[in-house]
Amino acid sequence: MKRRNFIKNSILFAGALAVAPSSILSNHAYAAWPKKSFDIKDLSDSVKSVYGHNNLEESSKVKLKAPSIAENGAIVPINVSTTLDNVESIMIFVENNPQPLSSGYQLTSLAQPSIGSRLKMGKTSNVMAAVKSGNKIYTSTQEVKVTIGGCGG
Amino acid sequence: MSTIKIRSKESNGVVTVKALIKHPMETGQRKNTKTGDLIPAHYIQEVHSKANGKDVITIYWGPAVSKNPYLTFKYKGNKGDNVEISWVDNQGNRDTNTGKVK
Repeated sequence: MKRRNFIKNSILFAGALAVAPSSILSNHAYAAWPKKSFDIKDLSDSVKSVYGHNNLEESSKVKLKAPSIAENGAIVPINVSTTLDNVESIMIFVENNPQPLSSGYQLTSLAQPSIGSRLKMGKTSNVMAAVKSGNKIYTSTQEVKVTIGGCGG
Repeated sequence: MSTIKIRSKESNGVVTVKALIKHPMETGQRKNTKTGDLIPAHYIQEVHSKANGKDVITIYWGPAVSKNPYLTFKYKGNKGDNVEISWVDNQGNRDTNTGKVK
C-alpha cells in the first residue's frame, strides 16, 4: 500500500515537473502575440480573426486623432481615446497596409482608454480605431492621405 | 543605456506615460538598395507596462509601427509611482526600464 502510494506520488510529482515549464510560459505576458491576426491581408478577415465576428458599430464616443494628410508615411501619429466605460482593448487597423492590423492595446482596469503611437502607412488609406467595451465593438474611421510612402527605402 | 526612455506625469489622479523606444522596426518587406536582398523582419511584438508592480497595459505591435516607436497611455495613479515598461521583439531580444512619476 505504502509502496503504491509512493509510486503514485512520484509519478504525480514528475508530471507536475513536466507541466511546470509550460504553465510558467503561458502565464508569462509575452506568450500571446496573435501572429495569425497580424498576418492577415484583408481588413474584414483581420477584424474577424481578432473579435470572432464582424459586427462593428460606428460611434462618436470613439475619438480617433490622425492627420488628414500625412507628409511622411513612415511616421503617422495616431491617437485614440474614448468616453466609453469598461474598455477592454483598443485596436488600430490600416485598411490599405500589407497587413491591416497594425497594433492592439489591452487595457487593465487601471488604464484609462487613451493611447497614442506612430504608424507606417504605405499609401493613402482609411484608418480605423476599434474599441471593445462590454462585448461590443465601437469604431471610428478616418482617411489619411499619404504623399510619401512609409514602406519604401 | 536602456533602449527605453520614459516620461510620466501625474495630474488630477491620472498619470500620462510617454515612452520612446530605440528599435529599427524592420517590416521584412524592404530591400537592401545595394544587394537587392530582403532585410529580415525585426520588430517589437509586445510591450508591457506595470505601475508599482500592477499590470496597466499589454500592447501587441505589428511591423506597421514606426521606427523608434513612440508610445503614450494613461492610467489612474499617483506621483512617485514606479512605471515599468518592457518589450520583446520577434528575434527574442528584450529590454526593461523603470521611471518615476513626476
